[in-house]
Amino acid sequence: MPSNEWLTITVGAILVNNIVLSRILGICPFLGVSKKIKTALGMGGAVIFVMGIASLTTACLYRWLLSVKLDFRIGSFAVQNLDMGFTRILVFIVVIAALVQIVEILLQKFSPALYGALGIYLPLITTNCAVLGAAQLNAESGRGILQSTVYGICSGMGFALALILFASLRERLELSRIPKAFQGTSIALITAGILALAFMGFSGLVK
Amino acid sequence: MTNVILAALALAILGLVLGMLIGYTAKRFAVQTDPRIEAITELLPGANCGGCGYAGCADYARAMVEDGVSPAGCAVVSEENFQKISQALGQDSGKRERKVAVVYCSGDNGHARRVALYNGLNDCRAAAVLSGGGKGCRFGCIGLGSCARSCQFGAIELRNGLAVVHPEICKGCGKCTEVCPRKLIRLVSAETKAHVYCNSLDKGPAKRKNCTAGCLACRKCVKAAPDIFNAQGFLVRAREGAEISDELIASINCPTGALQSVADHLRSGKGKEGAA
Repeated sequence: MPSNEWLTITVGAILVNNIVLSRILGICPFLGVSKKIKTALGMGGAVIFVMGIASLTTACLYRWLLSVKLDFRIGSFAVQNLDMGFTRILVFIVVIAALVQIVEILLQKFSPALYGALGIYLPLITTNCAVLGAAQLNAESGRGILQSTVYGICSGMGFALALILFASLRERLELSRIPKAFQGTSIALITAGILALAFMGFSGLVK
Repeated sequence: MTNVILAALALAILGLVLGMLIGYTAKRFAVQTDPRIEAITELLPGANCGGCGYAGCADYARAMVEDGVSPAGCAVVSEENFQKISQALGQDSGKRERKVAVVYCSGDNGHARRVALYNGLNDCRAAAVLSGGGKGCRFGCIGLGSCARSCQFGAIELRNGLAVVHPEICKGCGKCTEVCPRKLIRLVSAETKAHVYCNSLDKGPAKRKNCTAGCLACRKCVKAAPDIFNAQGFLVRAREGAEISDELIASINCPTGALQSVADHLRSGKGKEGAA
């Protein structure tokens, strides 16, 4: 494996193809949880965590169940060359949602400290499109399981980076005099657009 | 066609299996919590105003059950729910006095002298750090509305450059008293029907120079009702909870209008252009 492939995955996911600012996925939490840096940090951590485990599971599922031709027989009923690839999105979203629920319960039981930090954000991202998007992009580009997991974690880091930058901008906006027509969500969307423009500067950094 | 049926079947089984898995984990790894915490959280107002000093209503409920904190810290909860919470905790907490916030200033744009054009951050605390905003009075309302923004219940109106609390909306959580850099908002008994709406400790003439509505400490009111009004230096305060009739206020006829009934104070700035 060429050594710069890892660089492509990590830098590509965090900066160049940032999941929020370049792929425009996960806008709902990006606008919803970006009013304060403190909540943005919690949300960012939760997204990194969830995207990592979701990418790992969905990559395993895709590798062994969805991308191969299945042959099996139940009694006299034989199925050959069954390709379940088209159910990808459905399977991914159901599995991710269930996974996050289970992880949340386990966290609450075994790691109350981590649950206290991430707990309230986990249900928010159970069926988030950024998480599903990372899984989907992994499947499309045919990455291996390890690469997929790294890509998921790095996408989460990209999300956290964008969210924290945006939250710090919004904290400043809170105190500035904004024309009435632009107050609230509209100035937030304009700011997000300018931030996305700034991230365009990273394009071409890695192939 | 078989593909479609198989896919539907597979997804149905997948959903069933995952559902059972979640159900099993939820039962197997359930965390035991006191059922009273949830019951009390339901009874609390759920505004998460933070007036009690905890992170939110749920956190306060937890503190009540686990650490034995008194439920009286929530100023917002209705009397009926307060009694229910006390019952759930097994204590008899008696009746509480309703408190409301009062902004001790009547220096709106029509009364207070402007000495500067403040053009900085739209926040009283920022203005207080810089130069104290545009008004000349060092003690009065800056009028940039930090308190109004901090109020979870929308009880504070910014009227012509002066924050005015609507006592019928105010829940007495005390958040605004913490936010105000001039510390001129105070929680007082809701029974008090009139206040001296001034906070300035300056001497009379100096006060008069900056604001035409300040208390000059002429002691007219103190002479009329010495048991209600109390002069402290150059500022008169009405005793909290004292019964002050409209006739008494009319007979005193405060020369600057700093002494006003709550109802009159609310009415005074109406109709003028709001600065919010």
